[in-house]
Amino acid sequence: MSEKSTKGIWKVISASSVGTLIEWYDFYIFGSLAVVISTKFFPADNPVAAFLSTLATFAAGFVVRPFGALFFGRLGDLIGRKYTFMVTLLLMGGATFLIGCIPSYESIGYLAPILVLLLRLLQGLALGGEYGGAATYVAEHAPSNQRGYWTSWIQTTATVGLFVSLMVILLTKTMLTKESFDSWGWRVPFWVSILMVLVSYLIRKKMHESPVFQKAKDEGKVSKNPLKESFGNRYNFKYVLLALFGVAMGQGVVWYTGQFYAMSFLKTVMGIDSNQVDTLLGISLLIGTPFFVVFGWLSDKIGRKKIMLAGMLFAIVLYRPIYKSMYETTNVKNKTELTEKTTLAVSEVKAKSGGIDSVYVTNKVYSDGTKFTEEKTVHLTKDKIRVVGDDKKEKIDTKKTVLANSSDRLWLGFMVLIQVLFVTMVYGPIAAFLVELFPVQIRYTSMSLPYHIGNGIFGGLLPAIATYLVTQSKDNGDAEFYLSGLWYPIIIAGISFLIGLIYINEKKHRYQD
Amino acid sequence: MKQVRRLLGIVWMALAVLAAYFCIVEFGLPKFNTGKQDDLVFGIIILFILTPLIVFGLAIFGYYSVIGEYDE
Repeated sequence: MSEKSTKGIWKVISASSVGTLIEWYDFYIFGSLAVVISTKFFPADNPVAAFLSTLATFAAGFVVRPFGALFFGRLGDLIGRKYTFMVTLLLMGGATFLIGCIPSYESIGYLAPILVLLLRLLQGLALGGEYGGAATYVAEHAPSNQRGYWTSWIQTTATVGLFVSLMVILLTKTMLTKESFDSWGWRVPFWVSILMVLVSYLIRKKMHESPVFQKAKDEGKVSKNPLKESFGNRYNFKYVLLALFGVAMGQGVVWYTGQFYAMSFLKTVMGIDSNQVDTLLGISLLIGTPFFVVFGWLSDKIGRKKIMLAGMLFAIVLYRPIYKSMYETTNVKNKTELTEKTTLAVSEVKAKSGGIDSVYVTNKVYSDGTKFTEEKTVHLTKDKIRVVGDDKKEKIDTKKTVLANSSDRLWLGFMVLIQVLFVTMVYGPIAAFLVELFPVQIRYTSMSLPYHIGNGIFGGLLPAIATYLVTQSKDNGDAEFYLSGLWYPIIIAGISFLIGLIYINEKKHRYQD
Repeated sequence: MKQVRRLLGIVWMALAVLAAYFCIVEFGLPKFNTGKQDDLVFGIIILFILTPLIVFGLAIFGYYSVIGEYDE
């Protein structure tokens, strides 16, 4: 290994990738089970608990990750990659397992949401430290002319982790009744994590320290203060800024648009049936994932910058046509309704408030096989008077669901796949690029921070900012309001593309150790 | 290319000022007045996390560009 041959590198890859995959799995489990978690720990009618819920979602997902990157990055540059990313693995696994063990709000009151919030923060910290360690560890084992290929295996883990989390939840739901899942079954995916973490820990424990770091350590060349050298030294700090604005920021928004905004757009803006969306997203992720490796490999041949910037450029130019096409594909205004098949059912449901809700369900069928359901709930008081909201308008909830036909599903799946391919282009080569931008002494610290700011903060804020832009545009009466949310990724990726194109010189900005 | 990089440095600094305006006036402050807790957290994150990152980060990046730190 010390000669940087590829002998035994699969052991390194599997030990690193499995651990990183589990960390992403742990991180996504919380998001995927957010609805059931909120009912158990954060009751919506309790403002303090609801506030803690928002903090748990935002703070851990975005804000804490860069702090994890700084804390564990420093540790990794001081004591070594191997021990540091073993600590992050155990921290993540322990926090995830414990979330699955916390009694509900009904049992222990405020202590429940506070504990969940604290454990979620630990998850964010651990994730912030894990990725940089795994990427650095693999890159430092790989021959310098194959770093793109070998590190791209680490790059698949975020997507595969998301996929596995969805599958474990689906499997648990399938094996249990709805009541059992809501009662205790939702805890199973959290408990499963500890088994996976233990296996991964035992594998990682047997691994050796990165040869490049070990050599630096043996020669006494390890940094004494990685934070100061990374961010207090102008020569290094300018590359941290270049990594952030020239690559990581653009990568973050493309990643979140392709994998999360697409899902949210299909479900909430287009109203496509949730199971259909999950299925087509799962298939697109499955087909797209090997391309992380393809583009990682290609980056060793033609350079990382070209591929990452091409991915950003495609995203900038094609996002609006893609989303417009998706929207119009299932837009029922473009379809012919079979009026003879339209049905309307009215029922009364007892509301939590004690009143009675009138529910009107309209089912429509279209000539191409598309099915459309509109469920309108009119809230009534105990005296059967319509409830009026704070805005003095009647309180009516409307839920529209579209059941797409097979050809529309195929087209939507293809559109999502294209976006996943953009993700693989920007994300596949980025670990190798970041690793090569910094010297071994400060590598873990320096590469982790821009990555987690780009991915966690610029990318992580995308859903909230995009939703805000859509709402603003809708309020202003814009006919294409549903495309407005895309301005955020387009502008951020555009700036990143320009900076990357003009400022990055791969031949000069590259540590080949 | 050196000249382009240096000149663009001014653009990045100007963009930092523009970003400060949008982050504070358009995205950040209005979130404090909606009365919703989700918006309050979002506003705090925009104002105290995203804004400093974009504004100071881009301004320093622009400054480094102008003084020729990225010339090589």
